Amino acid sequence: MTPRRPKIVGFCCERHGLDSPVAAAKSGITYDASVRIIDVPCTGRVDGLHILKALEDGADAVFVLGCLEKNCYYDTGSIEGRKRVEHVRSMLEEAGIEKERVEMFNTSSTMTWRFPEIVSKMCDVVNRLGPLGKEGDEQ
Amino acid sequence: MIVAKRKPLGEIADMIAPYKKITVIGCRSCVAICLAGGEKEVKMLVSALKVKNKKEGRKQQFEALVVERQCEKEWIQEVEDKILDSDLVLSMACSLGAQTIGDNYPHKLAFPALNTGIFGVPEEQGVWSEKCVGCGNCIIHTTGGICPIARCAKSMLNGPCGGSSDGHCEVNLEIDCAWYAIHERLKLQNRLELIEQVSAPKDWSTSHSGGRRTYVREDAKLTQHQKKGKGAVR
Repeated sequence: MTPRRPKIVGFCCERHGLDSPVAAAKSGITYDASVRIIDVPCTGRVDGLHILKALEDGADAVFVLGCLEKNCYYDTGSIEGRKRVEHVRSMLEEAGIEKERVEMFNTSSTMTWRFPEIVSKMCDVVNRLGPLGKEGDEQ
Repeated sequence: MIVAKRKPLGEIADMIAPYKKITVIGCRSCVAICLAGGEKEVKMLVSALKVKNKKEGRKQQFEALVVERQCEKEWIQEVEDKILDSDLVLSMACSLGAQTIGDNYPHKLAFPALNTGIFGVPEEQGVWSEKCVGCGNCIIHTTGGICPIARCAKSMLNGPCGGSSDGHCEVNLEIDCAWYAIHERLKLQNRLELIEQVSAPKDWSTSHSGGRRTYVREDAKLTQHQKKGKGAVR
């Protein structure tokens, strides 16, 4: 039986956050995980509810990838995104769920290595913590 | 407005653990403004509880609702069928909301998901501070519009005390001394003579110390005849 691949959802901003996975895809990099990318106009648009819903609906881990904080296209969008991520992380911690399952990252269009690095890090987290609930347990 | 704060998720999860069918009801009034129990907070709480249940393999069924004002029975009657159909109502309103549900449906369980805190005002985005304790006998016209009962740690009527230092309170240097603020405000208003007037001991019978308070407006009350006409008697 094929071992279960970690399910990871990434909310990537369409300014800098999406360039990194596109560059990685063009160079033929593959991942040992099922990664679902959701492009958002800005990480400031990502709501805590979006992150929780992703976990609720089957993701083992979620990351948010935005512009570098001093180079955000919308000035403070990635700072807002980080605040939302921190809020969800604190909620998870209160609920006894590993907060490492949710992370915020920043990148720029030129950092082509960043996306594979992030996916690898999130895979390590899921492999260490295990899946979030049993398969088919989504409520 | 009434400012409240969500209870820790672990505490809420423990509270609701024995129940299967749970209706979470928020309120669009004060607790929505203070980001504790509005529509988004209800959805986030339900989602977080579902994630926790998923991790722990527990099965519970949630319904998320929001009413306009949970402290008024007319609004909660709109979701009566959901309340009656659940094992437990988890109220994301202030304690008034949970108690209104409990008083109107006494055979149903209504648990609080929030800790009701203060009568506060928003100072900046995400910050609320207490400015009234509802003592039932307002005197701020004599204190430059600043309430010494709520804003002085000792609720002094003739302040400041000896602990006031550079405009700050000895209890916590991050808190402004209410009586220093009153002095500065009265000076600005050219009414500084008011600070020299000695206030008599306060009559606390109008506060909570006098037991549960009920306010009545006789002209607004319905007569028995009117109640019959409106079918308002429950």
